[in-house]
Amino acid sequence: MTDLQFLTWVRGTGLNIAVTIFLLGVLWRLVEIYSLGRKPDLSAPRHTPGASGLHTVFRRSLPPPGMLKRSPVSYIGGYIFHIGLAIVVFGFGPHILLVKGLTGLSWPGLPSQFVDMTAVVTMAAMVVVLADRINKPVKRFLSTFEDWFAWVVTFLPVLTGWMAFQHLLLPYTTMLALHILSVELLLVVLPFTKLFHAFTLIGSRWYNGRVNGHKGVPV
Amino acid sequence: MSASLEKGIRVLKEVIDAPIASYFNSCVHCGLCAEACLFYTETGDPKYTPIHKLEPLRRVYEQEYTLLGRLKKMVGLSRAVTDDELGEWQELVYNSCTLCGRCSTVCPVGNDIVYMVRKFREGMSAAGHAPEGIKGAVNRTVTVGSPMNVKLPAVQAQMKHVEADTGLPIPLDVEGAEYMVMLSSMEIINFPEYLGAIARIMQQAGKTWTLCSTAFEATNAGIQIGNSDLAKVIVSRIVDGAERLKVKTVISPECGHAYTALRWEGANLVGRPFDFKVQHIIEVLDEFRQQGLLKTEGFETDRLTFHDPCQLVRRGGVIAQPHTLMNMVAQNFVEMPDAGFMNWCCGGGGGASAIEEGEELRLEAFKKKKAQLEAVKPDRLVTACANCRIVLEEGLEHYQMDIPVVGLTEMIAEHLPEKKEG
Repeated sequence: MTDLQFLTWVRGTGLNIAVTIFLLGVLWRLVEIYSLGRKPDLSAPRHTPGASGLHTVFRRSLPPPGMLKRSPVSYIGGYIFHIGLAIVVFGFGPHILLVKGLTGLSWPGLPSQFVDMTAVVTMAAMVVVLADRINKPVKRFLSTFEDWFAWVVTFLPVLTGWMAFQHLLLPYTTMLALHILSVELLLVVLPFTKLFHAFTLIGSRWYNGRVNGHKGVPV
Repeated sequence: MSASLEKGIRVLKEVIDAPIASYFNSCVHCGLCAEACLFYTETGDPKYTPIHKLEPLRRVYEQEYTLLGRLKKMVGLSRAVTDDELGEWQELVYNSCTLCGRCSTVCPVGNDIVYMVRKFREGMSAAGHAPEGIKGAVNRTVTVGSPMNVKLPAVQAQMKHVEADTGLPIPLDVEGAEYMVMLSSMEIINFPEYLGAIARIMQQAGKTWTLCSTAFEATNAGIQIGNSDLAKVIVSRIVDGAERLKVKTVISPECGHAYTALRWEGANLVGRPFDFKVQHIIEVLDEFRQQGLLKTEGFETDRLTFHDPCQLVRRGGVIAQPHTLMNMVAQNFVEMPDAGFMNWCCGGGGGASAIEEGEELRLEAFKKKKAQLEAVKPDRLVTACANCRIVLEEGLEHYQMDIPVVGLTEMIAEHLPEKKEG
């Protein structure tokens, strides 16, 4: 298989397989989780401003009082790499073109140099949070194979994308193909690993906010 | 698999719902919940990380309710939850968790961890892995009517004492009274001043009230151990009593989990909404204050601080009221760091104070409260939960801190103006 054949495969068949598994996987997992339902709360509710599912969905994006100080790397590192990933994934011109080709949707891109810089910052933040996971006793204690694996499959697309853009190490075509392949790996594993928090986090925050909001507690 | 383990696993399968599934799928192992848990912050031991306390429940979820988990189980790739493992987890689920709910307020993905611990305890107790101390309290509450073996004659004796002290009648079984007042055994035995305070406050407010001979005990160890069937038996007595006496409101005493048991879990345990209201005494006092029915005179002049009971505040939604009431009678009221919604637990909630073998850990966790108190150096500590009060007194004594602990209701009652003659 030549570089070009490899690229053609990951762009065509490979992408189709990955997107299909991703979409069906997400759908399956969402049904599997949320169809379990929950019992209605029969206690008389207390209404307090700011106490609801929706409030918690947004409020929980900010560190609660005192927490930033207790775990600065988790919060600052976490913010940087999540926002960085969003900028790189949705702000890079070629990515937008791909989405346009698949769905017809498009939006203005960000300057390539800015995205390039963001990718570097994102990778740096990811290395810092990885180091934190290794260093902090609690994080190390909680970590399983899945945690390290999820880190790798998230890091690889950023790294290979950046290297392709910088024409580093391998010919552009090969690196681009590897980049797309790594994204496909990410898409395939996302619904079945902790990366699925990207979807369930909204439901989790909502339930927490709703259950406690029923008691008039703005969590 | 032993019969009790089988029963435990069956109960665990029953309690798993969409929120729990969502929570387990959202956890990214960031460990921030540990930073919110006093059993971790004061010991530094990662095993006290709140989400870790749920590991057996997570595995049951994964193996029973996810496609991948079921596949792994089929081909023998997953480890079944064992009796020994649940035995090992007893310390994590009971001794080192007071159901304070701080972890649930900090989790960045929004997991309500304490919601899961409460449900996990259902399976733990069904599997026979609940601490003896709480088992005993539940048995006594179910059979005798009180976790401390208090029977009606003891209540009646106290009623007589209080009547003699205050010169006010203590009504029992008065049909049609507006309020039915509940007590905790702790108040009957250790803090009799509570009942006197109630009599004087109700007298000033001009409200009718009553105790109930078939339901005077508000505490519910069934909630703490995690046995909904027994919790239902206990709460049903109160529901029956309130309905028999046709009262409008049942007042939960200065006890945190009694409030949770009655106000938030009660209707769900009996399976229908109540047709009476449930209020914590602190809510009632603040309502009286707003209606102009609670008037005080004079102030405490020494330096006071307030310990927010978790079940009243963070888990119960009565957040601002105790602080408003404190300001009503205290001139020199200082707030501890993290006071209010994010206050740290006394270390003995959720049944933990009944666990004898958990004492050492409880005292270790008390260092958090000690640090909070050292930051404000109060002359006295006020709270609104009899269990917090006992645990605080024990902790203060252990660390040789000379800070008396008082109940907010009785302090308010001390400031009621003397009734003018004629």
